[in-house]
Amino acid sequence: MKDELKKRVIKGPDGFEFEVDPIQDYYCSEPPKAHPPAYVKIVEDLFNWARSESLWILGYGTGCGAIEMRPLMTPRFDAYRYGVQWRATPRQSNLFIISGYLSVKTLKRVIRSYEQMPSPKYVVGLGSCTINGGMYWDSYNTIKKLEEYLPVDLYIVGCMPRPEALLLGFENLKKIIRAGKAEGANQYAENFEWYKANQKKVIHDWDMPDYNW
Amino acid sequence: MEFEWIKIPYALLTLFIVFNYGLLMTALIQKIGARAGRRHGIPIYQNYIDLLKNYALRSSISHGYMFYLAPVFRLTGGIGLLMFVPTIFGSYMFSNLSFAGDLILALYFVFFGTLGMALGAGESGHPHAAIGVSRGLSQVTAAELPFAIAVFAVALQYQTLSITDIVAAQQGGMQNWTLFTNPFAVVAAMLAFLGAMMRPPFDVVLAPQEIPIGPPTEYHSAYLALMQTNRAIFPIAKIVVYMNLFFGGAASWPMFGFKVFLLYLFSAFVGVVFPRFRVEQSVRWFLVWALPISIVGLFWV
Repeated sequence: MKDELKKRVIKGPDGFEFEVDPIQDYYCSEPPKAHPPAYVKIVEDLFNWARSESLWILGYGTGCGAIEMRPLMTPRFDAYRYGVQWRATPRQSNLFIISGYLSVKTLKRVIRSYEQMPSPKYVVGLGSCTINGGMYWDSYNTIKKLEEYLPVDLYIVGCMPRPEALLLGFENLKKIIRAGKAEGANQYAENFEWYKANQKKVIHDWDMPDYNW
Repeated sequence: MEFEWIKIPYALLTLFIVFNYGLLMTALIQKIGARAGRRHGIPIYQNYIDLLKNYALRSSISHGYMFYLAPVFRLTGGIGLLMFVPTIFGSYMFSNLSFAGDLILALYFVFFGTLGMALGAGESGHPHAAIGVSRGLSQVTAAELPFAIAVFAVALQYQTLSITDIVAAQQGGMQNWTLFTNPFAVVAAMLAFLGAMMRPPFDVVLAPQEIPIGPPTEYHSAYLALMQTNRAIFPIAKIVVYMNLFFGGAASWPMFGFKVFLLYLFSAFVGVVFPRFRVEQSVRWFLVWALPISIVGLFWV
């Protein structure tokens, strides 16, 4: 564990001494809860429609595929037309695009970001690397199957998939959300131990608590 | 002055109209900005969907009381500003809760939301939020200074602190507007207006690319939706103040829509043409350019 994460006593500028335990102080200590659909079907359908038409993507490019997302913001493909926007903070986004290969080091950050997003949240695997490792299938520090670590709603195949493929992926994701089948956040909460065990199997320097929101 | 209960539903009706107008207009201005960048931009109804989605999110976390209260404070700032300013001149229905001396209260409400935000963002514990708020407050304060002096100039000119009386004094043709009777104060106030609208070149505080999204970094779901509601109401309320003080007010809803749109377009127009200032640059800009003009406007009267 890194030095700055260890429990220690700090002396303030006014001479007052206090104890700091970063792992306990800065993180939540409760496991995630499943939030099943709470309203009658017609209201839930309306909400699902709103969720599908307002996809806020976390602006976090995890791999090389992130380069395919930039043209979507610019005049040629202009994804804003379809209700897709990019947000800079996980608290405000509800779609996480794992763009291409995912190294173990990045996986750690991905887990922290994913757990901070409010439910319901969706994960899209972009590119072949998220399905079976792709061209990094025998690499020592990338993960092979994304769905062992996070609940994935949709894969977009290709290496690289073009921006058009991404747009089609958004449209398909919208269909899944409208059908009420995009319950990845609940799946993650219900199978939390399984996901955590898988994550810990590959992340060897686990210097964060199990819960991250 | 006696109080009449019927004013409350009338004021709520104003709020409803302004809220919908604000949501549509924000989207329209965003579309215009996107067209300037050769994009199509968001659908005109996108803001409604975003709002609905944010209210419909299932999980939310809190960082304490002030974290809850900050969006409420912010919304209070927007609604309060709108409520105490006569929206339509000469209309009993839409004069809202205005009273003599409401100009000072309006000035206070302009600042109110930002202060509430500072408390809430501070409690969220996010370092980006704290630094975003300190940058935002310094910029808003610098922009507020020329605006306040311009408002004092107007109050001196008409010898009243009642917005209704100020609008009444500007009736009877364009030549009676403050824009022509005291151009310096209006120019200074319009420069300050750019700073208060949170659009480029003065939106570095809220820009996603800079300090990630600034003060609202930690805000999500219903908290964020409350703030979005305020984002629809507050600019319109602020423009109503400007319209009443400097541009002769509005005697009907179509005139209101037209004038507010033009004033909003002014800030959007400047926004698409000029790149962002850093905070210390914008503070300097307000003090060097807007402040002397506003002082000239004060001496003009």
